[in-house]
Amino acid sequence: MNRLAFKLEKRLNPSPAMIAIVPLISVLLALLLGAIFLSLTGQNPLAVYATMFGEALGSKYGFTETLVKAIPLMLSALGISIAFKMQLWNIGAEGQLYMGALAATWLPLTYPNLPAYLMLPGMAMLAMAAGGIWGLIAAIPKAIWKVDEIITTLMLNYVAILWVDYLVYGPWKDPKGFNFPFTAQFPGAARLPGLGDSRVNAGLVLAVLLAILLAVVFKYSRWGYELKVIGASEQSARYAGMHIKKKILVVLFLSGAISGLAGMTEVSGIVGRLQHGISPGYGYTAIIVAWLSKLNPLAIVLVSILFGALQVGGYAVQVVGVPAAVASMLQGAILFFVLGGEVLTNYRIRRAQRGEK
Amino acid sequence: MAENMQHLEMLGITKRFPGVLSNNNINIQLGTGEVLAILGENGAGKTTLMNILYGLYQPDAGEILLKGKSVKINSPREAIALGVGMVHQHFMLVPNLTVTENVILGLSRKILVDLKTAAIRIKEISDSYGLAINPDAYIWQLSVGEQQRVEIIKALYRGANLLILDEPTAVLTPQESKELILLLKNMAAQGNSIIVISHKLNEVMAVSDRVTVLRDGEVCADVKTRETSSEALARLMVGREMTRHKREGKSSPGKPVLELQEVFAKGDKGTEALSGITLEIREGEILGIAGVSGNGQKELAEVISGLRKVTKGKLCLNGKESTNHPPIDLIKMGLGYIPEDRMHVGTIPSFSIWENFILKDHHKSPFAKGTFLQNRWIRSHSSSLVEKYGIKTPNLETPTGRLSGGNIQKIVLAREINRNPKTLVAAYPTRGLDIGATDYIHSKLLEARSNGIGVMLISEDLEELINICDRIAVLYDGRIMKVMPVEEADESTLGLLMAGLSEAAS
Repeated sequence: MNRLAFKLEKRLNPSPAMIAIVPLISVLLALLLGAIFLSLTGQNPLAVYATMFGEALGSKYGFTETLVKAIPLMLSALGISIAFKMQLWNIGAEGQLYMGALAATWLPLTYPNLPAYLMLPGMAMLAMAAGGIWGLIAAIPKAIWKVDEIITTLMLNYVAILWVDYLVYGPWKDPKGFNFPFTAQFPGAARLPGLGDSRVNAGLVLAVLLAILLAVVFKYSRWGYELKVIGASEQSARYAGMHIKKKILVVLFLSGAISGLAGMTEVSGIVGRLQHGISPGYGYTAIIVAWLSKLNPLAIVLVSILFGALQVGGYAVQVVGVPAAVASMLQGAILFFVLGGEVLTNYRIRRAQRGEK
Repeated sequence: MAENMQHLEMLGITKRFPGVLSNNNINIQLGTGEVLAILGENGAGKTTLMNILYGLYQPDAGEILLKGKSVKINSPREAIALGVGMVHQHFMLVPNLTVTENVILGLSRKILVDLKTAAIRIKEISDSYGLAINPDAYIWQLSVGEQQRVEIIKALYRGANLLILDEPTAVLTPQESKELILLLKNMAAQGNSIIVISHKLNEVMAVSDRVTVLRDGEVCADVKTRETSSEALARLMVGREMTRHKREGKSSPGKPVLELQEVFAKGDKGTEALSGITLEIREGEILGIAGVSGNGQKELAEVISGLRKVTKGKLCLNGKESTNHPPIDLIKMGLGYIPEDRMHVGTIPSFSIWENFILKDHHKSPFAKGTFLQNRWIRSHSSSLVEKYGIKTPNLETPTGRLSGGNIQKIVLAREINRNPKTLVAAYPTRGLDIGATDYIHSKLLEARSNGIGVMLISEDLEELINICDRIAVLYDGRIMKVMPVEEADESTLGLLMAGLSEAAS
């Protein structure tokens, strides 16, 4: 009867130090796992990591590129965090981003001569409206018939991507573009100003301001409190007289609108046109970012930069013959270890007591 | 009865949970053929002790002897193999299977099951104890009392000769409780040993041979039932002299605050749960709703608070029609509601105390100004409520789910009463609470009554209803059987009405 057994026991009060340190240790463990994997494939892990992070964070060009990748991640993750706060699992940020990019593109293509002070706000508003409507399409059946938003938001991603493809391969294709699947270059007035001489655009400022705003809303506003109540217990929310259906519509609209804005900053700030594959999956990576940040808007800013660095570093290591997929692998490993670490923060493992004699 | 032979001894049992010493060096003995009651308030450690005996927990220290032999019980399966059976407070039966199918569920390791032999065996068990259970009946066809007997058969079929019953009368009508007590005595007379966990003094006095009283995780008394009294047991259990609040004086009810006229509503399964309820509650009175739960109580409370649609009929709050108004309107019209499920509806367990205090008022001044919550005001308001209602908590940031049931209920009560309602609906406000907390809730409901609030008290506890209500209505199968002044109500009349027998009561 002396089986070896372990039990998880809930900790009464996880210490604040642990809450801060465990995620860091988890990231290190993920890197360690990646190192084992790299050495098995005959690489020197230290050299690979040095290249990755040296490139992504060490050089000015690399760091600005990291920020470039971080902008759409931040915006989408902030959008996602609003919905996740209410336990609405919006995994349609990718599609909402595509629709935002599409709507933003319509303005300069249709009215190329608008001045910048009309063009840019117009593009941003159209992008937010389109992303928001994409969220609403999932919200309405959710509010009325309780249709699972995970499925609808996910499926709408494909619809959005196919719409963009239809336009860039068809009606909106640049006639002077040698048949490439993209639209004509935007006029200068439709380009978001950059910061200094880098590719980093004003979207970064927007994203950081938005993160601060959301942090305040989540913590101090009535609205944030209601989100939290509905997310924690729909029954209690109903009991307290909250309008849950209205909230579902508003929240998914806002969530989609912010991801839509990410689409606008991409086409207007980075690429300067709409093209096939405008996002390499920012909307999906943003889910991981939001989750790792525990829906804390300020943490989202930092985690987005880390994930941007991983992506840039992933491209950099291709030079030394390592596939860029290493970056995706590390992202996955980080998520895995952080979630595991969370269990250890909240529980302690104990050897189950067995009869000694 | 061979009282010289100890069936069970638990010696020096100690069990620690993070931050709590749940069982501290507990010793109990149970003779063969004896009925032992384990009495104690919530949190006294009764359930932990029984879960240790049933193999759900392992003790940190101590020894269990069954018929003089030391045993280690690592799982319920091992407990059953040793002849220990448990009847839980919430039955573990599959409604759309027959009695036989439920009884043998999980027993057979073969591909084919022999239902016929099993049915014969169940019939034998049922006959030998007078359980009157038809093995071919479906569970959903059975009353709650009968379902409980199926649980007992399940244990006996598995060879149990030591039965643990956790709060067995919590869900029964008074008549069913009496039958159960006779049944348990009969089973003990046939050589079975029985442990009944309870905090109800009357039933402990009626059923047991001996009582072990637990307080704060320790045995504080072990007495022969015939040598004690319920007053003495109450003192032992609580550890001090108890004064109990009762209704005093005649009520002087004012104008009606809540009226229901021929109200119909459907239950969760789409069947009719309320079939023409007509009731009236006036200022400054407490109307009790008696009945076995599941007869429309939940739906009644939800209809009044706007959480469930009325299909036919009319509701008025303070003389104004409120039929099918959204909950927020009713809250604004002065309705307070203490819901049945205080853990998942009345409060949010992961929320701090102050967050639970503002559940209904977060949107208005002085709780919020414009968009922003007034955290400083909320905190001082919350700490004054904590003090006024004697809520025991480390601080205002403590997640509510970490408090005891009594303290959680005090939070709900404080919030609802402090909003100055005109009408207060309280659904099972003292269910599962210990004597001290129960008495506190009673005193606050009576205080609400004397402040002119019209209170509806939904309860299964007849003693509670008779003690504090002015009038009592009996709910059975979605209908009001009768409304009577409390002076005309006694346990047996109410009990018969609760079982749906109307002519017997007149």
